[in-house]
Amino acid sequence: MALLSKKDANLIKDPLADNNPITIQVLGICSALAITAELKASVVMAISVLFVLGVGNVVISLLRNIIPSKIRIIVQLVVVAALVIIVDQVLKAFAYELSKTLSVFVGLIITNCIIMGRFEAFALGNGPWKSFLDGIGNALGYGVILVIVGFFRELLGSGTLFGIKVLGDPVAKTGLYSIGYENNGFMIIPPAALIVVGIIIWVQRSKNRALIEEA
Amino acid sequence: MKEKLHQLKLKYQGKKMAPAFNALHTFLYTPNETTHSGAHVRGADDLKRTMNTVILALVPCLLFGMFNAGYQHYSAINGFPESFSLFNDFLTWDNFLIGITTVLPLVIVSYGIGLGIEFLFAVIKGHEVEEGYLVTGMLVPLIVPVDTPLWMLAIAVAFGVVIGKEVFGGTGMNILNPALTIRAFLFFAYPTWMSGDKVWVHGAVERAGTADAISGETVLGSLAQGSDLTYSLSDMFYGFIPGSVGETSTLLIILGGLFLIFSKIASWRIMVSAVVGALAMGLIFNGIIDAGWLPEYSKFYTLMSFPYWQHLLVGGLAFGIVFMATDPVTGSQTNKGKWYYGFFIGFLSVMIRVFNPGYPEGVFLAILLMNVFAPTIDHYVVRGNIKKRLKRFKTATIYPKPSDEVDSLKTETA
Repeated sequence: MALLSKKDANLIKDPLADNNPITIQVLGICSALAITAELKASVVMAISVLFVLGVGNVVISLLRNIIPSKIRIIVQLVVVAALVIIVDQVLKAFAYELSKTLSVFVGLIITNCIIMGRFEAFALGNGPWKSFLDGIGNALGYGVILVIVGFFRELLGSGTLFGIKVLGDPVAKTGLYSIGYENNGFMIIPPAALIVVGIIIWVQRSKNRALIEEA
Repeated sequence: MKEKLHQLKLKYQGKKMAPAFNALHTFLYTPNETTHSGAHVRGADDLKRTMNTVILALVPCLLFGMFNAGYQHYSAINGFPESFSLFNDFLTWDNFLIGITTVLPLVIVSYGIGLGIEFLFAVIKGHEVEEGYLVTGMLVPLIVPVDTPLWMLAIAVAFGVVIGKEVFGGTGMNILNPALTIRAFLFFAYPTWMSGDKVWVHGAVERAGTADAISGETVLGSLAQGSDLTYSLSDMFYGFIPGSVGETSTLLIILGGLFLIFSKIASWRIMVSAVVGALAMGLIFNGIIDAGWLPEYSKFYTLMSFPYWQHLLVGGLAFGIVFMATDPVTGSQTNKGKWYYGFFIGFLSVMIRVFNPGYPEGVFLAILLMNVFAPTIDHYVVRGNIKKRLKRFKTATIYPKPSDEVDSLKTETA
């Protein structure tokens, strides 16, 4: 017997491809632009969102029948804020350097549209287990794009991956740099992320033409 | 020859490679084969002729750029000649040899990569290859420094053609000028190769740090650092100054511009209003200096006190106004809109020059910005016209049309 029923499995699979929060729903773009200059920051951001969205969806789902609908946004905010503070404190305690590079963007997970979007659209109307899967699925879909963008931006912009100089040393002129290669400064600045995300959207839609919106 | 081509065409018709073949078949000229049914009238001034005219206007700049590449190279090594003579110092084979070995590869890479991508997209999407890239491919080598590494140019051209043009649907659908997109990409991706005092003279980068080090700062670059002008006015006008390959000679640009205006290819409205805009901004800055509002130790002082009309002689402003701002696809379409569009290009170019020492040349940024605003300008011009006409309609007194009937009625009653 499969671990998940087919319906449940789709909750995780869909956001990874045909219903991706970034490339299809165009949510969470702001953080995808801001922190993807390095792969490490992208991965940590993805994990943080995974935690916040997974746990947050379960909490909201459990509370869904006792939250008065008039103040539901405020309740959701309180839940996200609490979770984000936990993530922030953990990062500060165990990865202080990294928390400094991510700086304000961990706090800004609160404003990540994907999180409020999933709370509103899914957790308020479904049971905890389904909501958990939905949260994990969407956070993974978000994380995949973040890691892809981070990979290309760090590789082309700084010539490194996770801080390791994979293309050689630009100062000592080793590896690719010895034949005149240079880092692409354009990839470091946030607009480049917009273009990389655009190219991902392009590739995805030309593979699956059903995703192309009516003009 | 023609017969054979025609047979080949019929053979490839409907096949996947058809667009690529048709592109070569109709290169520069539309073939004189006619359709056999219905009436067809073709204007002679089609896209092909438009593009060819612009390329013709660019050729003098390209040739001058080749000579200038050599001239700047040797002058940087041996010092500028004491008494300059055009034929002994400038139009020499040595200069031309340097020029052709540095500039020609830029042209070849620009055309090779750009047209390759155009053909690829035409075959994939099944549309015809348009001549649009012929102009872009010619503009690109003229607006980059002479020593730009070829692989950088190749990447930038690929980026500019794909992201700047093909994703929007190809020639005629692009929002931004592709040549300037390529320039902007190079500028932000490889700033060390696009600014400073090493890149404008051939060989300066390799010689840096050695005993034979040479350098050549552009006029704007040295002004931005607050140093005094070392080139005479006539040097700046004729173009014997360091700079991007083809944009130094204001004289040849003006000739090209006049050619484009009289062949009615480019809009004189954009050119005139851009010049007016640049002069206006220059005058404002000079006025600020004259009024004594800016202390001499300010970092903007040198650039602000630069005589207003000389802004048109240095840097890429003239080239940008004549060949880039007048791009019929990305510019404003309405006549009134062209005035606003051009004016702000000139105005903003000079403003960026003076206020942002990081960007010694602002014309490409100004044109790209106004490219984005062009549809907005057109929108308001059209709306304004509608409003004006509605107003006129409301206040108008409408007379009955005189007609034969009235006359005949009159004669009856009389």
